[in-house]
Amino acid sequence: MDRTNVLLLVGATSDIGHAVALRYARAGWRILLTARDPASAARNGDDIAARTGASVEILRLDITDTGGFDAFVSGLTPLPDTVVCAVGELGDQGLAQSDAGHAANVIAVNFTGPALLLGRLAEAFERRGTGTLVGISSVAGDRGRGSNYVYGSAKAGFTAFLSGLRNRLARSGVHVLTVKPGFVRTRMTRDMRLPPVLTAEPQEVADAIFMAAQERRTNVLYVRRIWQLVMAVIGAIPEPMFLRLRL
Amino acid sequence: MLKPSLIPARLVSGRASVRGAPGIAIEGGMRIETVPQSARVSPLAGWGRYPRIASEILSVHAPDEAAAGIAGREGVIARGLGRAYGDAAIGACGTLIMTRLDRVRSFDPATGRIEVEAGVSLDRILRDFVPRGFFPPVVPGTRFVTVGGMIASDVHGKNHHCDGGFGAHVETLTLMLPDGSHRTCSRERDAALFFATIGGMGLTGPILGAAFHLRPIETGWITRRTRVATDLAAVLAGLDATADSTYSVAWIDCLALGKDLGRGLIFRGEHASRTELTRSDRHRDPFPEARTGRLGIPFDCAAPTLNRMTVKAFNALYYRRGAKNADGPALVPWHNYFFPLDGLSNWNRLYGARGFLQHQCVVPPANASSVLAEILGRVARLGSASPLAVLKQLGPSEGMMSFPVPGYTLALDLPATPSAFTLLDEIDRVVVATGGRLYLAKDARQSRTTFEAGYPNLAAFQALRRDLGAERSTASHLSTRLGL
Repeated sequence: MDRTNVLLLVGATSDIGHAVALRYARAGWRILLTARDPASAARNGDDIAARTGASVEILRLDITDTGGFDAFVSGLTPLPDTVVCAVGELGDQGLAQSDAGHAANVIAVNFTGPALLLGRLAEAFERRGTGTLVGISSVAGDRGRGSNYVYGSAKAGFTAFLSGLRNRLARSGVHVLTVKPGFVRTRMTRDMRLPPVLTAEPQEVADAIFMAAQERRTNVLYVRRIWQLVMAVIGAIPEPMFLRLRL
Repeated sequence: MLKPSLIPARLVSGRASVRGAPGIAIEGGMRIETVPQSARVSPLAGWGRYPRIASEILSVHAPDEAAAGIAGREGVIARGLGRAYGDAAIGACGTLIMTRLDRVRSFDPATGRIEVEAGVSLDRILRDFVPRGFFPPVVPGTRFVTVGGMIASDVHGKNHHCDGGFGAHVETLTLMLPDGSHRTCSRERDAALFFATIGGMGLTGPILGAAFHLRPIETGWITRRTRVATDLAAVLAGLDATADSTYSVAWIDCLALGKDLGRGLIFRGEHASRTELTRSDRHRDPFPEARTGRLGIPFDCAAPTLNRMTVKAFNALYYRRGAKNADGPALVPWHNYFFPLDGLSNWNRLYGARGFLQHQCVVPPANASSVLAEILGRVARLGSASPLAVLKQLGPSEGMMSFPVPGYTLALDLPATPSAFTLLDEIDRVVVATGGRLYLAKDARQSRTTFEAGYPNLAAFQALRRDLGAERSTASHLSTRLGL
């Protein structure tokens, strides 16, 4: 390697994002982090720099400000080798049902923002002819359920976007990886009782992403493979029966 | 005094269910119950798995969340990785889980100075910094501890006789006071609070962060020299003779009786230089990586796994193998030298579901040989001792409630059976009579009388806690049991 590889990690305050950036920094990569408020990402940025000695820079980026994406992408010098988009917000399903503003924000943070940003980066990667785009989506997008369909549909949209992008770029030298982590022990899930078999630590997610992104053979990554089975079962339930379930 | 027969009455299984808690599901098809932070109750135990007591669980994900965790609460204690053996990290009412406060704030490769949040684990520090040529100033017998826990217990390592405990290397520490404010103290600033916190078992308030220096190392290898000691006198003499070694520790065959009483192996160690490594004529990785989780105990063993026969056989084998490799220097990876037991995850399950007691005392040098002989004799006669008996020299310490005093410390494990409780009560009387004391981080059962006799700074510590206002806000089952 004659030049240090560069990772752009979108969503630096997320626990998964922090673990992913740390994993790349350990492998000797230079790290660019983004956060809406760079000061709030300093805790994670300092940690990565101190542990690994890597160069870490924090850039300001509001994932809902789609109008600013062109300027952001053209300001990236050099263009990163790999981008991992780890932004996401669970939101409150109950609130999203009654408050369109909240629902719109959940959709913007989980779908329109990440999709459009990766779309802009994909253009630049395609021109260059190399690069890896990683989108952290969710198994929640595999089938809409009453308990979280606003978040779930946004993730479904993101999953479909990544799938289409991958299809389009298949012969361009740009790899697109969709990640469906399943349950992860993070701040997002702090008050939940999670079944241990289905629950990964952020570091486990980060290791899996790094490996899959470097090998460039995996297209859709379920961090714990059991999730693929779980979601296949849920997906196979006929709609009339599905309607009787509270999921 | 708590007897094992009381355990079931205190055991709470499962988490308290919360009626009316809203259920949501985010991922997959499963409905996940969300539980308000304030209502999560879970049974907690230390590494010895005795006692097991229900406590409210409060987890902290960022430094500014700690204050909210304890606001308006009483009887809360900070908990790291739960490697204290007894009840030190079980909150009297609530337990603050600190392991997510695990960020390194800064590191200066020129000086080795590192500043960390208190929940960062020693394992993580070692895995990040050994490959960069740095080693912590003091490491205990396991790497699965947090920096906060190392300070609260003022842990000692195999270099205590030269370098003191971990507390001796702490430059500054940041504490949360009962009003939720943060206070950074050092030897120069708020010295009384600083020295009360080092070895203070978390009872001056949750430790949020600390700064200390890592030491430069040329390699991650240790040059180990093993010496055979055929009886207790030889072990003590051997430890005295190796006092100039950076690291030294003795393993004792605590089932040997008669003329073999106290026989053991003395392991000295030094950080190996590059030259030593290359001279050893192999293409060795200068910084070997610690492997984790290769071997583990997946379930609670049936009680008799560790019995007189198996332990006796293990000890005899271990002693003979050590004797065979004695004298010549051997190069061993850092994790094998310092943390042999970490290679076997969940080894505490070897003792079965009833758990075990670790007893670690220190006795002053004056009568050490007769006192230690008496202790070892009693343990050997009981016959249920573990293969894990360790003897080492200690020097002085600075912390008000720190365990180490100049002398010899003996650590042994016993299954938590009624006869072990009786035996340890007898041993405590012997220890206290000679001016010794017990290590609080290991303790699950000592009496107040034993404790008060061993720790003359207790009254001053209690007064400091009162003045700080921490007496009500901060309490563990250890502190309520011992009146700390």
